[in-house]
Amino acid sequence: MQPRDLKAEHFAAYPPEARREATAHLAMFRQLPLSFIPSLLREVIEYDYKFPVERKAIDRELASLSALSEAQVEEWFGEFAGLSLASSLEEFDWVNQPAQFVEQQSAYLWSTHQLDAFRKAATDYGERLNLAAPPEPLPTPRLGIAVIGQGVTSFDGHLFRNLRKYGTYFSQLKPDNGLEQLLAGVENRARTNPAPYAHWYIDGGQAVAHSESVTCVSYRGLDQVRTTLLKKMQAQISRPGMGPEELRTYIARLTPADVGMEEPSDPVLDRFQLKLLTEGSGTQIFSTTFVQWTTREVLRRAQALTLIVRFAPRQRQRPMNELLSNTHGDTELDAAGSLVDADMGAYYHWINQQRLAGGDRSSFIVWFEAHGQAIAIGPTLPRGTESGSSIDLARLFSLVAV
Amino acid sequence: MRLEGISATGPHRAESSWEAACRFSRSRRDFLRGAAGLALSSALMSASPLVRGESVRRKRKIIVITFGGGARDQETFAPEGQENIPHLLNELAPQSSFFTHVTNQGILGHYVATASLATGVYETLNNFSAVPPEHPTVFEYFRKDLKRPSSDAWVVAPSNGFNRIGESDSRGFGAGQGARVILPKHLLSAAHGGSTTDLEHLLRDNYETPLYTPQLGGGEVELQQLEMILKLSVDDFMAHARTLSSPDELSVYIARQLMKEESPSLLWITMHDIDVAHTGAYSLYVDAIRRTDRLCAEIWKAIESEPEYAGNTTLFILPDFGRDSDYDAGGNGFQHHRTGDAASRTTWMMALGAGVRRGVVYDDPMQSIDLVPSLGAMMGFTPTQAQGKLIRELV
Repeated sequence: MQPRDLKAEHFAAYPPEARREATAHLAMFRQLPLSFIPSLLREVIEYDYKFPVERKAIDRELASLSALSEAQVEEWFGEFAGLSLASSLEEFDWVNQPAQFVEQQSAYLWSTHQLDAFRKAATDYGERLNLAAPPEPLPTPRLGIAVIGQGVTSFDGHLFRNLRKYGTYFSQLKPDNGLEQLLAGVENRARTNPAPYAHWYIDGGQAVAHSESVTCVSYRGLDQVRTTLLKKMQAQISRPGMGPEELRTYIARLTPADVGMEEPSDPVLDRFQLKLLTEGSGTQIFSTTFVQWTTREVLRRAQALTLIVRFAPRQRQRPMNELLSNTHGDTELDAAGSLVDADMGAYYHWINQQRLAGGDRSSFIVWFEAHGQAIAIGPTLPRGTESGSSIDLARLFSLVAV
Repeated sequence: MRLEGISATGPHRAESSWEAACRFSRSRRDFLRGAAGLALSSALMSASPLVRGESVRRKRKIIVITFGGGARDQETFAPEGQENIPHLLNELAPQSSFFTHVTNQGILGHYVATASLATGVYETLNNFSAVPPEHPTVFEYFRKDLKRPSSDAWVVAPSNGFNRIGESDSRGFGAGQGARVILPKHLLSAAHGGSTTDLEHLLRDNYETPLYTPQLGGGEVELQQLEMILKLSVDDFMAHARTLSSPDELSVYIARQLMKEESPSLLWITMHDIDVAHTGAYSLYVDAIRRTDRLCAEIWKAIESEPEYAGNTTLFILPDFGRDSDYDAGGNGFQHHRTGDAASRTTWMMALGAGVRRGVVYDDPMQSIDLVPSLGAMMGFTPTQAQGKLIRELV
């Protein structure tokens, strides 16, 4: 089916609000090329489970597209229309399975050497959209905090290597009660700028006590869900005829209730957490990966104003000789390796934060937990310098959080 | 709306893929010149030192090591990554011809990319299927043109999915005319008696998907061939395996046994430990780079110490491709190779040993599919369907 053949009844299986959005923009959808529209529908079909900021972005995008003249549609989507697609993709149920379509389209574009052309078309589209529908101004500059190295007593390596040039390195901080002080600062920001899903706390272990004004996701809090999910995946893998595509389709259809998230008090957050485990690679087995990926997704999707993440030690990767020796035992933790993971994770946290609107005014702290070392980055802080100030984390927070 | 190709607006300005690829290339060259004392190639350079002649070709041996699960510059040849590759940098690079600008324009999946390297054509097969390459492999050209027996071309491959890499389904080539393939994990699984509960993680074929376990078929070595070909009892094999820390160490062990017992003229070893990066654990990715660096040096030492190989062998080392840049919003940095950005497509190649100039850096762009025509010229066979170009600096 081609987009020009779209009818309202094609969206009958969409959740209520997504259906309303889709049918309201049917005329515009019919003008879009097949190489583009499933990427848009992939977002629209999830509308009911989107964060508020995502809904606003979809609304803005749909309004901008609906306002385009015929000539502008041609200008905006000419590059997409120039891509050739396999006939099997035209026959695919891209209305109801847009994510699966995009995955197959991606494979086809790779195999036909059209990926670079698609990347250019997508980049050009993103720039046009940003000009036509710029994001709303922020109520306060964004702040990110990464707490790394839990359980590491000493470390000889070179920490914060990627971030030092962007901020001030503090070497003599007073670490006592540092986590509590940072969390208190985050909670204060949440009270001052209240908004749903704007202020987040992610923990790679068990979350510590925190205010309800902060949205929290923790690795331990999802233990049961992870176990259930892995069992379901294993059961599917052992079924005859199961392949990667079939498994992905199965996983994509899982609901929070399927993995034990019963009686959802927050369907948006439950769905988000499920996707962290079903779409992230490695999030099911390594807590450091879980924290890094969750950080990325909270920034990409919820566009958090405040985000504090605390890495915890992940399980140790057992070498081959241990596996062959059948040496069982409790799951050991790899604190030093986790610190290296988290150091890179903190760098990615900062990069992902800088991708969002207001990057020039945003601030960032990465702290080696229980130690006196941290990097602070912000518009008022000097770059590439070192400070021997003996201040506590509350004071450091006040330096960066305008 | 999220489109995977949209670039970052972050801390670096946008640059074209070509600019980025050239930047990677320059940084490798500059670094190598400074760190390893290598000279930049020049048009005035003397003619190839290759000693030609049929008698030499008969004895000529080629070993190719590919890294499945590419490594990026910042973890390898860039200044901040040099601590991870002491052997490549200080031992192998100074005696190699180093090609700084190798691009892979094909599909960035490990099996399909390795198949492309082996055929000289950008293959389009499903990366997650146990299917043979569409075009003839280097092993088929080698054996057919030079009338070599099957024992003279071997592949040591990391996972079950590579079991069809040895020969294509191309007309005029194909079944029985390619390389014999050893899958060390398959041997390990069989030798372990099928009790794989603790080995599930180890035997996982592919870090990209937990499901990739295709049915075996084709020319893999059966368990009893441990004794016939590798001259190893199951007990000895398992005893040695228990001293190793990773599947790539097992692959190198197998490769060394093959060199000792079969002495193939064309040996292709595909490493895979680095692909642990797909789990998102940066420390494990860096550990794997360090291990691969050490294992490459071990292979070179084996070449120098084995009488059948010393002095007449050329070793090629190249990643199949790179990994995503930290700054491409469509990816997640080192974890994957999905964006098709310059960092994921651009890599390097090292050639050392017989007939190769020592200590020279070449900046001219080449593609990974150029390897097969060049191997053909070096060994005396004609890869008629390969689409890559001859690397003039090697012949």
